[in-house]
Amino acid sequence: MIEKDKTLRTLAIAVAIFAVAGFFLPQWAVFMLTLALAKGLVVLGLLILWRTGLLSFGHALFYCTGGYAVGLAGLWGLTDVVALIALGTVASILLAFALGFLITRYREIYFAMLSMAFSMILYGVLVKSEVLGSTDGFNISPPTFLGVKLEGESLTLGNYLVTCLLVWAAGWGVHRYLQSTMGHMSIGIRDNEIRVEYLGVSVRRVIHVKYVIAAALAGAGGAISAMVVGHIDPDSMAYWTVSGEFVFVTILAGTGSVVAPFLGSIVFELVRTYAFQYTPYTWQLILGSTLLLLILILPDGLWSLFTRRKARV
Amino acid sequence: MNIKTMHPLSSAETSKISTLARIAAGLLAVGLVFFFALPAAAQKTELKVGLVAFLSGPAAGPFGIPFRNGAEMVIGGINSGTLPAPYDTGKGIAGVKIVTIVIDEAGGSTKQVTEFRNLVQRQNVDLVVGYISSGDCLAIAPVADEMKVLTILADCGTPRIFEEASYKYVFRTRPHAAMDNISAARYLLDKVPGLRTYAGINQNYAWGQDSWRDFDAAMQALKPMTEATTEQFPKIFAGQYSSEISALMLSQADAVHSSLWGGDLESFIFQATARGLDKRTQLVLTASEPYMFRLGKRMPDGVIIGARGPYGVFAHDTPLNRWFRKNYVDRYATQPVYASYVVGQAFLALKQAIEAAHAANNGNWPSVDQIISAMEYMEFEAFGSTVSMSLGKGHQAVTEAAVGVFKFDVDANEATIQDIKYYAAECVNPPEGISSVDWINGGMQGAKCN
Repeated sequence: MIEKDKTLRTLAIAVAIFAVAGFFLPQWAVFMLTLALAKGLVVLGLLILWRTGLLSFGHALFYCTGGYAVGLAGLWGLTDVVALIALGTVASILLAFALGFLITRYREIYFAMLSMAFSMILYGVLVKSEVLGSTDGFNISPPTFLGVKLEGESLTLGNYLVTCLLVWAAGWGVHRYLQSTMGHMSIGIRDNEIRVEYLGVSVRRVIHVKYVIAAALAGAGGAISAMVVGHIDPDSMAYWTVSGEFVFVTILAGTGSVVAPFLGSIVFELVRTYAFQYTPYTWQLILGSTLLLLILILPDGLWSLFTRRKARV
Repeated sequence: MNIKTMHPLSSAETSKISTLARIAAGLLAVGLVFFFALPAAAQKTELKVGLVAFLSGPAAGPFGIPFRNGAEMVIGGINSGTLPAPYDTGKGIAGVKIVTIVIDEAGGSTKQVTEFRNLVQRQNVDLVVGYISSGDCLAIAPVADEMKVLTILADCGTPRIFEEASYKYVFRTRPHAAMDNISAARYLLDKVPGLRTYAGINQNYAWGQDSWRDFDAAMQALKPMTEATTEQFPKIFAGQYSSEISALMLSQADAVHSSLWGGDLESFIFQATARGLDKRTQLVLTASEPYMFRLGKRMPDGVIIGARGPYGVFAHDTPLNRWFRKNYVDRYATQPVYASYVVGQAFLALKQAIEAAHAANNGNWPSVDQIISAMEYMEFEAFGSTVSMSLGKGHQAVTEAAVGVFKFDVDANEATIQDIKYYAAECVNPPEGISSVDWINGGMQGAKCN
């Protein structure tokens, strides 16, 4: 029996609940959720690649491109939230489209390492750019919302609601894509590329498209986090540990659903911030062992909690 | 037992209970009034401070831990009221004890902004003191202003914070980094009068790049006929400098400038002395004071040493400094370094400003705005020397600068500093309204040196 796909409904309800909750949650929680959802967008991109059997260990390249596109546009006076996110996304798409011609030739560890190499090149260039503040980075003024300038709590809330909307749109789009023929190619390519080629499909082209989609999502995520944090620097945008964190959250979350990356991202941020608060000297240890335990107990990620229950029913 | 006796209450009993109820309600009301009125009317009981410093990672050892230790010790002194004059004004700050919530600075500016918000909104701190990394300071400053939380940037160096923007709720109680390299250039030219060429080795990140830029520009401003022969930018935490040392040896420069710190500085010293670089050229190490005791006789004699201000061995011998050194050594069995000094300085600034605002407010706990107006353009005595909040519209501190020459005293088996020179604040800091880079490039107009 084919079970009716409820993912889009779940996504819409979850986003709606989160958006409404934004009006009641304390400010710090709203801010943290905004960042977690923005990073969830990046992880959503990694999910697409992961399903194809590809691991990008340099996805911070596009996260950073999105962030710096916003920062540079800000220096020229562009502040509209929609325009800034669009700009960050487009910048990442262009870069990914160009790099895609090279990187789609590679698989497995070569793909992972090459993507990491690209991100570290960007890191190196930014560190050398004294005009952009080198490793100190520079500040970005807060965004405006269709010409309206918000401040304080309403600014935090505005950023959050825009992010929620984007999460819904991205989740919806990616889910539809994964359900399409091209989306289903993912598993085919992962299992046997030659067979897919014999079906008359160019594997490289399919991967190229997936790579660009993943980059677009990372660009949007980077754009949002640059805007809400108000500061960008290479260490927190492009360094390989940032990419590592995204990969980690992908594994933690599981790749079962487009909702999983956001869930995983929120759990990760919560564990991290409370580890920071209660164990300032050993927070890395707490964070690492909590996540290790989660992965040991749930090898298919947090999302398997939901699919398991379904299977039992 | 009949039903009548089961009747719950007679009318007399009812009235008795209602009286009781009225009394209880009255007491409750009075209690509630007290409960809500007391916190407003009563004195503040504690000052909750978020303290942020590197507790993990490569910056924890040289800066973060001495920073936290310095803070703990000075807070202890303030709370117990044992500080010497002019801070012998009783326990706490205006009688209020300081409690801290310590947070790790590791993890990058995005995480720090998140944790700053958490400190303020989840932990409800009254103010935040800390930050060693310039990137973190740049990121935190606008957030502090947005959230209207008094924030003292205690140790970061970049001049950009108050030169590129102005903030109401943000103060930096230590001088910015431009004076480190200006004073080093002045000292070098005094010590080596015939100097013609110089070279540099600095880490390839903002701190190293800025340090070299300032030093190079200051040399050009002070003695235009000198020339930089090579500038080396090894990766931060490289630890291996053989090719850079070869380049420095080949360049045959009269002096070599470096802002290396931590393990990088120690590795560089070992590798450079092994190849005799220190014999061929005059080394100028602007941030090396914290390591001279660790290195001891392995640090070559004659190296020009800076402590990023009048701290550590450069601190003036005052009762405040003697108290600071004695307590620090007693408590941690090691010498206090500049990170310990600057955070202590931040808490002295708070004590003086809040107590002044408290007195002006008729002995009531002052508002944040009152504390801010007391702190702007304030002058205060710190453990190292006098501090004036004279730049950045009264939010950025300046002090004198100090430079000296390292000498290992073989008889006493002790690392020492000789030929210490102090440079007045106006000699090595730009005036208000001009950026450090422009001021140095413009020939340091209006510098008043003694």
